[in-house]
Amino acid sequence: MSAEIVTSERAAGSVLLDHAVGLHARPSVKLTQLAKTFQARIELALSEAGPWIDAKSIVKVMATKAPKDTILHFRAEGVDASLAVAALIGLVKRDFEDGR
Amino acid sequence: MGVEGARRMIRIAGAPAAPGLAQGRLHRPGARRRAERRPGAPADERAALARAIASARVELEQLAARSGEGEAAGILQFQLALLEDEALTAPAFAAIDTGTAADAAWRGALDEQIADYERAEDAYFRGRAADLQDLRERVLDRLAGAADAAIPANAILAAEDLAPSKFLAIDWRGGGLVLGRGSPTSHLAILARARGIPVVVGIDAAACDGHGHALLDGYTGELVLDPDEPTRRAFAERMERDRSRQAAEAEYLARPAVTGAGERIWVTVNLGSLEELDGIDASHTDGVGLVRTEFLFQDRHGLPDEEEQFRAYRRILDWAGGRPVIVRTLDAGGDKPIPGLTRTGETNPFLGVRGVRISLRHPEVFAIQLRALARAAAHGPLRIMVPMVTVPEEMARVRWLLDEAVAGTRAAVRPPLGMMVEVPAAALAIDRFEADFYSIGSNDLIQYLAAASRDEPELAPLAKPSPALWRILKDIAEHGRRTGCEVSLCGDLAGDPAAIPALLDCGLRKLSVAPAALASVKAAIASYGRSS
Repeated sequence: MSAEIVTSERAAGSVLLDHAVGLHARPSVKLTQLAKTFQARIELALSEAGPWIDAKSIVKVMATKAPKDTILHFRAEGVDASLAVAALIGLVKRDFEDGR
Repeated sequence: MGVEGARRMIRIAGAPAAPGLAQGRLHRPGARRRAERRPGAPADERAALARAIASARVELEQLAARSGEGEAAGILQFQLALLEDEALTAPAFAAIDTGTAADAAWRGALDEQIADYERAEDAYFRGRAADLQDLRERVLDRLAGAADAAIPANAILAAEDLAPSKFLAIDWRGGGLVLGRGSPTSHLAILARARGIPVVVGIDAAACDGHGHALLDGYTGELVLDPDEPTRRAFAERMERDRSRQAAEAEYLARPAVTGAGERIWVTVNLGSLEELDGIDASHTDGVGLVRTEFLFQDRHGLPDEEEQFRAYRRILDWAGGRPVIVRTLDAGGDKPIPGLTRTGETNPFLGVRGVRISLRHPEVFAIQLRALARAAAHGPLRIMVPMVTVPEEMARVRWLLDEAVAGTRAAVRPPLGMMVEVPAAALAIDRFEADFYSIGSNDLIQYLAAASRDEPELAPLAKPSPALWRILKDIAEHGRRTGCEVSLCGDLAGDPAAIPALLDCGLRKLSVAPAALASVKAAIASYGRSS
């Protein structure tokens, strides 16, 4: 009968997308793969006003067709929300871990 | 008269997109049609679609595991991710619940996505529609119970277009590919060249219907349907010679280029895109003798900014691993139009505003490229080459602009600044031009010397090396030796093994060639001056 304590948290952050080509297939695949490793619901938008889309969906992420020099906004809700936002921002900052 | 003579032989001229020879039975994968499903109970249709998606996933996973890193793997990973995404599949399952058959439901869901990509402004995203179509067909094939059509080895595949995942799934041993669409610069052509599969484009695949056997020449672009016996025999002999030549040349690929007399020759590669890097081993080269930066500017909206250019140059330098990289500044115009930059409606674009003539008219665009180059030069031995230089003042102005860029970016070094020698007025007065190095662009130099366009097939006998060319090459090589200024040649001529002896005779010691020509050029160099 012990009530499980769920410490759901919210987190948000933004980062400049300066990958050479913008959110093309390769970086989008990496972004969604990383997002899926977190339990939190994670959303992505190109503007703080939204529309917010599911950052775990390659279909939705590619549909943003975000060009280079867009600011990517992330927000997350769940046990590992702040961890998730930090990790995703890190991925974009590290240029999606490839030299292209 | 044998059975072979029953059908008349037909020769069709296409455009060569990947070199090599192949002969075999014709295969038309697009020709078969699937029967439409009659919708069963929604639960059954759901299950059928789920099974088809699952087995398509397994296939893609297997393909991805085989394809390693690079371009091919990137395409497959993207398709896999799409297939795993509920946002893609949910609309199809929803349609099934309203009584639609599994195949129609899947097609409807995918077509909606495809239409969205096709509407994209950016050419890259428009291109992804092909990935979605590829995925649509794969799952529909599974639904129809068809496995990847087994294509026997030694087949010549003829299609209007071929999806990358299909291309990668085929066992190409001894085979070749004929495409209606596509170009020598398409991703498929790059994949094929890296795997040594001959490809000819620009041939209507339907023309192959009703024919059984074919000969494919990826060097000339010719397709022969139902060859007669003598033609077939002659082709088989050519294939044999080609095989032994390739085997002999392959021996030279990994070694430094050395003449038969023991003299070291520098052989670099010409690059037209970053994707090509995946297919070349840098250690087989002496660096990059020509980066055609037009690829950064074409097929896109707007011009690339400093950061994007910097990253591209940096990536090439990293790949080259300390070997020199010669980057040519934007050579737009002529046959390489760039929207918003080049002029339209010039009566004679090859004699018009192109190369450095454009760059000097758009200093704001040129400065961005020079800044990116100046910054990249901190990461490796980068050199800058200026195309279409006609008078010394052009070099002086570029040098001044480069100095500004170096100062503006606080770059530690000013990269060497060389000129491309392709205008006769410059080639014939090379001593008047101040440059850190010279690179001879033989394609344009030949057509300007002969006043004959290289795009006019009728003038091919004129637009070729002439005594005037050899004399000029000799003079430039000699000028280089006297002044200690490096001279290289980066036109198609350098990649022609038959031209190597004449080029070396002229005193040239640095050649830059298409990646596919590395082995044959090194082999030709090795047989030069060999005492018999």
